[in-house]
Formats: sequence, C-alpha cells, structure tokens
Amino acid sequence: MSGWSELSGDAVALRGANIDTDQLIPARFMSQPRADGYGGFLLHDVRVGDEGHPLNHHAPQVLIAGRNFGSGSSREAAVYALVDFGVRAVFAPSFGDIFAGNAVNNGLLAAQIDEELCAALMEALGDGAGAARVDLAAGCAAIAGHDFDFTLDPVRREKLVNGWDDIDLTGQHMDKITEFCGARFAAHPWAMPTPQ
Amino acid sequence: MSAPMTLLDKLWDAHEILQRDDGTSLLWVDRHLVHEGSHHAFAKLKERGKAVSNPGLTFGVVDHYAPTRGGAVAPDIERMMVTLGENARTHGIRLFDLMDPGQGIVHVIGPEQGLTLPGLLINCGDSHTSTHGAFGALAFGVGATEVAHILATQTIWQKRPRAMRIRFDGVLQAGVTAKDMALHWIALLGSDGAQGHAVEYAGSAVETLSMEARMTLCNLSIEGGARMGMVAPDAVTFEYLRGRPFAPSDFDAAEADWRALSSDAEAAFDREVHIDAGDIAPTVTWGTSPEEAAPITARVPAQDSLGSKAAHARASLDYMGLEAGTPLDGVTVDQVFIGSCTNGRIEDLRMAAKVLAGRRARVPGLVSPGSSRVKRQAEEEGLAQIFTDAGLEWAGAGCSMWVGMNGDLGESGKRCASSTNRNFKGRQGRGARTHLMSPAMVAAAAVAGHLTDVRPMLEGRG
Ligand code: SF4
Repeated sequence: MSGWSELSGDAVALRGANIDTDQLIPARFMSQPRADGYGGFLLHDVRVGDEGHPLNHHAPQVLIAGRNFGSGSSREAAVYALVDFGVRAVFAPSFGDIFAGNAVNNGLLAAQIDEELCAALMEALGDGAGAARVDLAAGCAAIAGHDFDFTLDPVRREKLVNGWDDIDLTGQHMDKITEFCGARFAAHPWAMPTPQ
Repeated sequence: MSAPMTLLDKLWDAHEILQRDDGTSLLWVDRHLVHEGSHHAFAKLKERGKAVSNPGLTFGVVDHYAPTRGGAVAPDIERMMVTLGENARTHGIRLFDLMDPGQGIVHVIGPEQGLTLPGLLINCGDSHTSTHGAFGALAFGVGATEVAHILATQTIWQKRPRAMRIRFDGVLQAGVTAKDMALHWIALLGSDGAQGHAVEYAGSAVETLSMEARMTLCNLSIEGGARMGMVAPDAVTFEYLRGRPFAPSDFDAAEADWRALSSDAEAAFDREVHIDAGDIAPTVTWGTSPEEAAPITARVPAQDSLGSKAAHARASLDYMGLEAGTPLDGVTVDQVFIGSCTNGRIEDLRMAAKVLAGRRARVPGLVSPGSSRVKRQAEEEGLAQIFTDAGLEWAGAGCSMWVGMNGDLGESGKRCASSTNRNFKGRQGRGARTHLMSPAMVAAAAVAGHLTDVRPMLEGRG
C-alpha cells in the first residue's frame, strides 16, 4: 500500500447519521476477491436506484459524513469499498471504533470534526462537490471555503504517510513477544487450550 | 497497597507486552477465532510470505456462510468454505467445519467448547466478539488487517478504552430478558453512547443472570458503541465451564486464579450508569438503528420528541413503513426469525418454546440453533417439535438469515420480528424490515401475527 501526505480533489457530503458498514457494503459482496475491486459495491443498495445520490454524480476523494459513521460490523470490506471508489479521507463527528482502525490500515483518513463544523461543511457543499485539500503533516484541511485543523494520533499519521500497517511495526518487537508468551503460559498453564 | 483496579485494568495489564509512547499497547492474544470471512486476512498473510505464528491458539469455524436449510449450495458460498478449510490445513489450525459435531456460530461454540475462559484475551474478525466478555475475558472484534496481524504475531495493537460500568439493580419482571436490558440501555444512551469505552455489567440483576443471558448482554455491547462488554466471573461462570471439552485439566487451579478477576470495591470508572432492572419492559426496535427502541407498551415516538435524532428517525420510519404515534403492540409482521449469536442458545430456544407450546404461528418463520450441539439438545428436549408443531421451520446451525450471507434473505418490504442484533437498513435483505426483540417476544409475535407483549402469554406457564 502506498502512503500519502497531501491530497487535493473533490469533497461530497453524505447526509444522515449512522451510515453503518452494512450500508457501506452489503454482506453479499464480501465473498468477492479484492483484486476485482470493491468500488462498485460502495453504498450499493442505497445508491442504486436513487438518482439524486451524490455518489452517482461525483467521484470524490473526501467525504463529509454524519455521526457514528462506519458503525456496526468489523467488516474491513467497508473500507475497501471506500478506498477502491477513490476516497482517501472521511470527516465526521464520530466513527465506529473498529472502522476507524480498519481505515488507517488501508490508507484511509478517518478524522473527527465537531458537529457544528460538520453541519457548516454539509451546508456549503449542498448536493454538489466542492474543492478539498487535506494536509496530513500539518493536520489541516480546506474544504468548500472552510479552513480547519483536525487532530490525528501521531502513529496513525505515520502509518498513513508511509502506507504501513501494523505488521510492519510489530516485527521489531518479536523477542519481547516470545518472552511474554513463555512467561504467560508458565504462570497460567490453564490459558493453553488442551482438548480433553 | 496498590491502587484499586477495574476488571478492565486487571485484564489489560495481564496481556500488555509493551506500550508505545503514544499510549497504544501491544497485547498478547490467547485465542484467535477465524471464520470464512477471514479470507482477506489469509490472503494478506500469503502476500507477506508469513506463517501463522501460534496455530495452537487459533481456531477456525464455518458459520457465516454455513447453509442452514439443506439443498444445493451456491458456488461462491461453497468456495468460501473450501478456502477456509484449505487455509486451516495449510497452517495447522483446528477447524470446526460443517461436519464437525461441535460446529456452530463462533460466539456460541467458543464458550460451549470451553475455548472461552475467564482472564483470556480473545479476538475474532467479527464485531460481536464482545460476547465472550461474559466470562470475564477481554474480547473484541477486529478487522481483516488486524486478523492478519494476529495470525502473524499473536498480538494486537490497541489503545486502552475508558472504563464504564452499567449497574442493573433490582429484579427483572417475568418475561423480561437480557435482550431487553441491552435494548433498554442502548435506547437510553444511543448507539454511540459507549463509544471508546469498555462496558462492565454489574449489579444484582446481572449476578442472577445465566451465562447464556450474560452472553446476550455482552453481545449487544457493540450496538451501543462499546467494543467490549464484560461481566466478572463467579460461581455461575465456573459451573458453566466445568467439564467443557477444552476446559483446563486442572480446573481448580484455574478457578483459584479466576476468582481475582473482578473490579476492586474502590475502583474508579470513567463513567457509571445505574438502571433499575424492575423498570424494564419487553423492548422492541421501531427504526433502523438499535437505539431506536421502545417498550412494547409504547407508541412509535413523535419526531419532535427526538431532538437531534429526528432526521434519522424520519428516514427510519420511511424505511420501516411506520408512522409516529402508532402503538407498537399491533404492528403486523410477515415473518419471524429466532437464532444468531445474540439469541441462538439453548436457553433462548427454551424461552421461545415456552411461549409457542400448544400454539400455532400465524406467520411463517425460521428457527436456527446457534450450534449443532444446541440443535441436538433442543431436539432431545422436545423444543424442535414444539417449533415445527407451531408451524415454524427448524433449520441447521449457522449465522443464517441474520446476516443474509448464506442466502436466507428476507424479502423487500417484508417485516420480520427477529432475535438478532442489527436492524440496519438491508441487514436481513434489501428493503427487508427488521424489528429486534427477545426470542420470547419473537415467539409472541409469531402467535399473534403482530408485535405484542409476551407477558400475558406466559401467564400460568411458570
Ligand atoms: S450471527 Fe451475525 S453477528 Fe453473530 S457471528 Fe454470525 S454474522 Fe456475526
């Protein structure tokens, strides 16, 4: 996966709270191999047949969404669908915890903004697309005429910028892990599964 | 003396290998459960040329795509199951496949097999992994990249959540269950109400719950935004585990260790919520988020009473085909479903059967036991017969209609009373309308043909 530190493109508003992972990608598509691309599945059942849906008219790099975005299941495929559609950053008042972790592992920025700013951005964007710039290093963005800062945990920033996932980061601790494992089972032998 | 600790802290500290400068911990994973949906993770592992580091701590289950109704299996479902089998063989992982007498939904068989134990850290690529917290374990769902990471290293990076305690004191009314307790608190606090927190359930009404009921409660934690739910282990827990296939051989020694797993009396929580269990009525959802729930005795709420949630509620009611002010008791249903990792255990089936015994369902429905073991037990106890006599279909064990992955889909516009955990738009099929409730309430809806209060139907039935 390649990292990124700055992007400029279009932003689109997705209205409504609780856009959950089931909406982001219906379960029936999840058996497909990733190599075929997941972009077409994004919000499939919400989008298809809804002429006015913004994603039927725009291919944005940035989304502004309502609270509790990505709540629900652990399916990382929801992130694949966004990323394969071309989205690199989502701004919302809150995110499902698992979704937020999955996002950063796939180069997708999920950044929290307050309700007020969210409403202002949605208002400015309306049903159309607006120009967006996001700068990860500086932690700031300019969307539809609004300039704002966002906070990003330094490790998440590092992962996004370098395109790393955790497997890359954990290798250096292998000795400690092995040592911990030995000590754990020595102290708590019951923790080792033993079929009777 | 050391500072008083919460159960969360005790479990966390026991698994922390190291902490990064930013406060993120590298945690040791004692049990890793994989299912067909883990194919993305295995593919990632292969891409990196990595092996599974601790196959003995990894267990595979066929459940998400398991066919539950016999007949031909669609090729891409078949492929998912075959792929899991191949991955399990390649990496030396014990697999509970379709033919295994221990097969079932991952969150049902983990406890049933004694793989789930107090004091463990348990991960699975499924958000309802919170279920296992009912045993006093640290259990949470992870995404595919994290599954690959655990396979490769038997560890996970995680930030310690804040500690939250929900106390249910008092006594539940007859006919009110753990499902109602969960829907009640989620309606109260919102579907993101516990975001960033691990929830410990406590109080006298929790202590008296069976293990099955505690699992239902912890299962739904994620629907309130919490990634983990937990209950301190006690005599009920130990009793449940003794003699399970994978229970520790020196059980007494293990039990002695486990007795230390509770929050110290003076431990401080970041957030505490008190609920009087006696106030909880049988609860049903009316919208498309688990927070959109209300007592069966109530009406569909008017939007002006919902404040910032009004816009979502409007869209929900549109989708659900309901109007504000309609009494919930009386909303007609087209079908019913009993099953899933939330309410597919033996006790759930017993409760539903108690309502259905000697009665006929007015609408079609499916009962899918959570595991093959539950299935056998329900057949031996005569529960399966009660379901079929009532006119419901008795299916095989798996995630089934619940998630719509194995083809057991609800039809568009059809309304389903369901014992599952998500009423999201399209969850049980495109356009399908789902009302969440306890298995007893689903049984009542089946008999009445509409949502209704189960309590009168239980009168005189012990
Ligand atoms: S029943 Fe649903 S939530 Fe439970 S394990 Fe299966 S798919 Fe996941």
